[in-house]
Amino acid sequence: MKKHLKILLLLMFSAVTFAANAQDDLLDILEEEQVPVATEPIAIFKAQRLINGHTTKTRKKGELEFIIMHRFASIQGGIDELFGLDGATIKFSFEYGITDRLTLGLGRNSFEKVYDGFAKYNFLKQNETSPFEITWFSSMAVRTLDRADFTVNDFQSKVSYVHQLLVSRKVSKGLSVQIMPSYVHRNRVRSDEENDYLALGLGTRVKLDDRWSLIGEYYLGLTQEETEDYYNSLGIGVEIETGGHVFQLTFTNSRSLTENAFITETVGNWGDGDIHFGFNLSRTF
Amino acid sequence: MKKLTQIGLCAVFMTLCLNAFGQRYLTREGQIKFYSHAPMEDITAHNNKVLSIIDIEKGQVAVDMLIKAFEFEKKLMQEHFNENYLESDEFPKATFKGTFEVPEGLTEMKPGSYDVAVSGDLTIHGVTQALTENITLTVEGESISTHFVFNVKVKDHDIKIPKLVVKNIAEEIEVTADFNYKPFNR
Repeated sequence: MKKHLKILLLLMFSAVTFAANAQDDLLDILEEEQVPVATEPIAIFKAQRLINGHTTKTRKKGELEFIIMHRFASIQGGIDELFGLDGATIKFSFEYGITDRLTLGLGRNSFEKVYDGFAKYNFLKQNETSPFEITWFSSMAVRTLDRADFTVNDFQSKVSYVHQLLVSRKVSKGLSVQIMPSYVHRNRVRSDEENDYLALGLGTRVKLDDRWSLIGEYYLGLTQEETEDYYNSLGIGVEIETGGHVFQLTFTNSRSLTENAFITETVGNWGDGDIHFGFNLSRTF
Repeated sequence: MKKLTQIGLCAVFMTLCLNAFGQRYLTREGQIKFYSHAPMEDITAHNNKVLSIIDIEKGQVAVDMLIKAFEFEKKLMQEHFNENYLESDEFPKATFKGTFEVPEGLTEMKPGSYDVAVSGDLTIHGVTQALTENITLTVEGESISTHFVFNVKVKDHDIKIPKLVVKNIAEEIEVTADFNYKPFNR
């Protein structure tokens, strides 16, 4: 009899525990039911420009970005030239998102009076299945200023093309990195330069807090040229982002703001202090 | 004979337990919309994948939503919402857990409307605040639905709005919820 009672009690107890189990926290049930959304990182880069060149970022459909870029003369000019501020060149560019992945842009750089147009297509987003974000960039630039050292200055000789494979990854909440294998074709060059030029770009963005970041960009020239006039382009800067505006303060040894020129024809040498202060101001509508 | 009684009792207990399961209703497509009205602009965003469960026997309710599932008209706003304001990498969810007194007839799923006062804890941006809301549950056939509107103060959840955009984002956000629960058996 006692044994039976024991069994009964045990059964009752287990039934009660079972009931208790069944009423486990409702939030826990929801936790199990929750389906995760796509885990694309938030903003690998904030702007379409890193310093001079492009990032993997494209504009969303219908967004228009207007960017103004200033590069001053060399800070070597000293106080006479207010450290280069007397000699400013400016580029402005309108860049429009045709779709969430395709962006077209049109710009004009006062340095050598260059017009350029580009198309940028975002192939791959970084998410759980893909460790990288990949964007293709192609541009065509037309220099409208004649060059004194060229005997022929027709339209054809002033055209250049650039193709870049931009590959980036947001490594952590605060660190984004990018590599940019690049190909530049210039229709006409000096005899000691090459028409076809390969370079490997490296870039990074390091977040300091919600709005401030450090940015850096380097283009390593891979094509050997006879001339020793040119250096690899190196830029460092600070980026500030406030709702729709991205403001970048930069120091770079490049004067030009178009890919064909700053990748291949950077004349400043960081070692000599031949660097240019500048800023990029981007507004997205 | 005694054994039979025991088995019978056990069976009763089991049925009671199983019955408890039958008193839960769930939605996977709950809708939460919020609206911010400020001098410079009005902002709306919506999330159509809000999870919610209601236990009409015990008078419990829970809501669970992913911050990243909120959609804005402007993707840039969505980016700022996630990165700077709600910090969704760190706080991926907003949740609510509350209780209410079960009105007569609700447990039996008698068709009609039931006014209940739900009180519980609302967690947004990792900060929990008490919330009490009077809502109406409407029973129709196998489903329970509700629609309600309430306000959330941004400040209460430690969401910082920089001075620069203080005219673009309201201090108090109007939240509209629509849930249509169906029986949930696990």
